[in-house]
Order: sequence, then C-alpha cells, then structure tokens
Amino acid sequence: MSEQSKPALLLAEFKDPADLLHAAEKVREAGYTQFDCHSPFPIHGMDAAMGLKRSPLGWIVGIMALTGAGLGMLLQWWTSVQAYPLVISGKPFFSYQAFIPVTFGLAVLFGAVTALLGMLFLNRLPKPYHPLFYSENFQRVTDDAFFISIECNDPRFNEEETGSFLKSIGGTSIEILPE
Amino acid sequence: MSEIVENQAVKSEPLILNNPTFSSITNDVSGLVESKAPMPWYLLLAMSGSLALMMFGMIGYLFVEGIGIWGVNIPVGWGWAIINFVFWVGIGHAGTLISAILFLLRQKWRTSINRFAEGMTIFAVICALIFPGIHVGRIWVVYWLFPIPNQMSMWPNFRSPLLWDVFAVFTYFLVSLMFWYMGLIPDLATLRDRATSKIKRTLYGFFALGWRGANRQWKHYEMAYLLLAGLSTPLVLSVHSVVSTDFATSQLPGWHTTIFPPYFVAGAVFSGFAMVTTLSIIVRKVYKIEHIITVNHLERMAKVMMATGMMVGFAYSCEFFIAWYGGNGYELFTFVNRALGPYAWGYWTMISCNVLVPQLFWFKKLRRSVPVLFVATIFINIGMWFERFVIVVSSLSQDFLPSSWDYYKPSIFDIGTFVGSFGLFFTLFLLFIKFLPIIAMSEVKGVLPQADPHHKQHHD
Repeated sequence: MSEQSKPALLLAEFKDPADLLHAAEKVREAGYTQFDCHSPFPIHGMDAAMGLKRSPLGWIVGIMALTGAGLGMLLQWWTSVQAYPLVISGKPFFSYQAFIPVTFGLAVLFGAVTALLGMLFLNRLPKPYHPLFYSENFQRVTDDAFFISIECNDPRFNEEETGSFLKSIGGTSIEILPE
Repeated sequence: MSEIVENQAVKSEPLILNNPTFSSITNDVSGLVESKAPMPWYLLLAMSGSLALMMFGMIGYLFVEGIGIWGVNIPVGWGWAIINFVFWVGIGHAGTLISAILFLLRQKWRTSINRFAEGMTIFAVICALIFPGIHVGRIWVVYWLFPIPNQMSMWPNFRSPLLWDVFAVFTYFLVSLMFWYMGLIPDLATLRDRATSKIKRTLYGFFALGWRGANRQWKHYEMAYLLLAGLSTPLVLSVHSVVSTDFATSQLPGWHTTIFPPYFVAGAVFSGFAMVTTLSIIVRKVYKIEHIITVNHLERMAKVMMATGMMVGFAYSCEFFIAWYGGNGYELFTFVNRALGPYAWGYWTMISCNVLVPQLFWFKKLRRSVPVLFVATIFINIGMWFERFVIVVSSLSQDFLPSSWDYYKPSIFDIGTFVGSFGLFFTLFLLFIKFLPIIAMSEVKGVLPQADPHHKQHHD
C-alpha cells in the first residue's frame, strides 16, 4: 500500500439488506456499470436491482453433463464391443440398457465438476488479493455488514462526485482503496 | 392478504430462536470453532481414534492373511463387509436429501442442519467405500474395479451391477464432497475474516479462495448451488437403487425382486435421518446451540422418519405378499424362513426397530421429546443394520439345495472392523466439528426474517 499506488475502488457501507437493495438501484440508475454489492448472504432481488443477467452456468453444466453421458456410453461401447468383446450370459456386446447406470453417473459427475469449477471460473476465483481486503471495515462483510463498491475504471467515476453520491444515497464510512 | 398469512406463519414458528441477529449467528457458530474444545471432545476423539486405529490394524492383518479371517463361508460369501457397505451408504443418503431435495422443495428449516448432515454423508461414504475395497480379497489388483488400461488389455464388465456400484458410489462421494465444499466457501471466508492468528487466516483464507460476498459472485454461486442440488437429487435416488441391483439382478430367492430399488432408497433415508437426529441431539446439547437446531427441527426429522419407516414396513409386507402370491416355492420358503428360521432373531429385531419404533412418532409429545428421539433413533439404526443382515445372510445361508446350507457367524475381525468403522466415522466427525463451521452461517442468515429486503415494510 505505497504512496504512489493508484486508487482502485470506492467502498461505502449500508445499514441493512433493504438499504443495500435500494442503493444498488440508485447506483445503476446513475449510470454506473463497474460496481458490486457485498453482503454476508445472497439478497433476494439484488440481481434485478443491479441489472444483472441470469448466470449462464446452467447452459455450461448442461452441455458438460451431456458430454459426460456421451463419453460414458462411448467408453462402454468401446471396451465392450471393440477392445474386449466378451460374451456374458449370451447378452449382446452392445447391451446399451445395462450401460445406462454408468452413463448417468458420468453425466452427473461431469455436470457437478463443471458446476463447481465453472462457478469458480465465472467468479474469477481463487483470487487471494483484492483491493477490498485493504479495508479493515470490509472484514465484516462475512459477518453482518453490507457494502457497495464502485471501481475507479467505471466511465462515470469521479472520486469526489462518486463519494458524495454514495453518501447521498445512505452510504457511510466511505473509503477509497488502493490497488 | 397472502403476505399477511405468510408473515403470521413465520411469526408463529421462527426457524431460529432467541431473536438472532446476523452477528449473533456468526458469533454462535464461529465461536464453536474458535473456542477451546470442551473436555468430552478430547475424550471422544481419543476413543474413536483408537477404534479407527484398531480397524486399520485389522485391515492390515486382513491384507496379510486374506478374507479367511472373517466369518464368511460357502454359501455365505458376502458377510458383514457388504452389510456394512450398504449400511454406511444408506446413512449418507439423509445428508444429500437434506442438502439437495429439501433445498429444491424450499424447506428453509434445512439450513440449521444441512452442513453437518452433508459432513455426515461424506464420512459415511468414506466408511462405506472401505468395505468393498477390502472385500475384494486380492487387494493388489483392486484397480481392476476401474476401467484403467493395463498390460492384459482387459476391461471391466460394464453389464455387471457391481461395476455400476463403483461408478455410482464414487460419483456420489465426489459430488457430495464438492457440494459440501462449495457450501463452506462463504463460511470459510467468515472464519478467515475473524481469524486471530496468522496460520488460521492463511489456512481458512486459502480454502475460502478469496471470497468477498459480491453479488456478482453470489449470482453464479446460487446458480451453481441450484445445479448441484438438481444433479444430486437424481443421483442420491440412483445410488441406493444401484446398490440394490447388486442383489436384485441375482437369481437368489429373497434378492430377486423388483421392489428393491425404492425399498432400499426409503430405508436409506430412514436410517440416514435417524443418524442425523442422533448426531444433532448430541451436538446441540454439547455445544449449546439448542436455539439454532430447535425441537422443531427434530420434530420434522421425526416426521420424515415416520414416513420412511412406514414405507420400509410396507416393503416388508409387500415382499411377503408377493412371495406367497408369486407362487414360487423357493421364494416363499425364504421368506417364511426369515421369520421363523435360524435367523428369526435378526428378522424380529429388524421388525421391532424399523416398524414398531417409528410408531412412537404418531404422538406429538414423543416427537418433541429429546430423550425419546435419541433412544428411538439409535434403535432405528440398529434395525436398519439388521435389515441388511437379514437380506444378505438369510438368503445366502439357505438357498436352493439343503445340502449346501450353512449357518453364518461373524468372526472377531468382522465385529472389530465394523466397530472400528464407527471409530473412523466419529473421528472424522469430531475433527469436522472442531475445525469447520457446523452450521451453514450464510444460509441461516439468509432465512432470518430481517434478511428479506421487504422485511421492514411488513412492520409499517
């Protein structure tokens, strides 16, 4: 946290979920785009207040689950028909009915791994360093505090104006955090 | 109008008692991790750790000597190992039911118990995975279970339910682990932000992955949670169905029935809820969190046990009916033999514990009585173990030809390994309650009335 470091974002605290929700609406209406709301738990209706689109994760997981199912069936077809054909109880080599449980299991496995890793990727996690962690006050975000942060690279950003704007919509303990 | 009704319903029965605030939840739950463990914790850890070590010792001996040290014989080639496997997998199912199915059904009360129910699932599945692993006999070729390229160009037989089992249970373990870990991320961040020592901050910080509670993160997080719940729901129903096909696809009387998959799933949920209830009664008492895991939570679990217990009871009677109605002499003999034959003591233990004991829960007073619940849930778990004993042993020991019949008795190593698996389970569980938040803080905060942004308007 040197003297020369550029400011990265502006942080303001809000009283409770309702205040945070209304403040988020006002920040969005004021034309800011590079801002985020921080809370100890997800707040119902916040995506709409911030103007966020639905997470695309469902599509990614769906595609990967189907891939898992396809690869599962392919593995069983290849091992049972091509690599190691073996007559068992007179059943056909490609007994696809009996291959369903493993196909299903791999579909779920691929989907679940994608859900976790995809979530982390979309959230750019793990990210051990972030300007927000310079704030002593921000540590309470995982306890009972609610914050809005506006990034300095937002086109609408102006250190003084944005600060007083956050104050006018109910923000307290406003801080500017370095990169 | 509907809003008012809803609000009254919430008021009449708050999920968390003692008027909690967000920070009181944080303090109550993180306090358990941050404070010094109570004396019983060390005692219990020493006891369960010793039992786990005993089990590992016995497994070592098993690897040296082979499965002849167990009581298995011909015809009873599947003994306690497979019983214990089914028992432990079944226990795990309640955790997934609570975390996934009750989430999809929007049962908000689950937030108080889901974290350690999920932990229980993972530890139970670890215990379960040990048994088929050591049961293979030639442990050095255990990798044959998996489709791994090898020098013999051999591949496993994918038409076999035993192989389905490998995939189902491993998938179940990994998915449960990921679901659990993802739920932990926000709470690990809480512990990181409260940490007093550098090592704690580094460790919790490492596993919290830099979580900062941003709504742009919550958006993907909630979607991922929903997807994992959606994926886990059919998975959990399929896992025990697949386990049951190990039996149902054979031609042995008493095993060869189509009722097995739903019957096994109901039994799994039944025994799992009994285990969650036993554990939560101990944890809430020892750690004084009776206001977070309330009697209401216990009562709801009792209702689930009553419902699933009666499904299991229905399955028992249905099996008997079909054995008679199906007109297969061997099938009928097997069932009559279960109730009146050499293993009748096991059968009637099962009936008493699984069918009679849950009938207590018809009475609200008994459902809400903690001592009654505690004793009843232990009986239910005993009964569910005996259910698997009856299924496995009575069918195998007396099958088609009387000349091949034999009575099965466990050896000291069967008993020791099973008791030791409880030691492993409780060791893992005790470490979990010491080092990780046992209540999902962020989720409990989310269901408090003041978490609703429209909460204030109701009061105006």
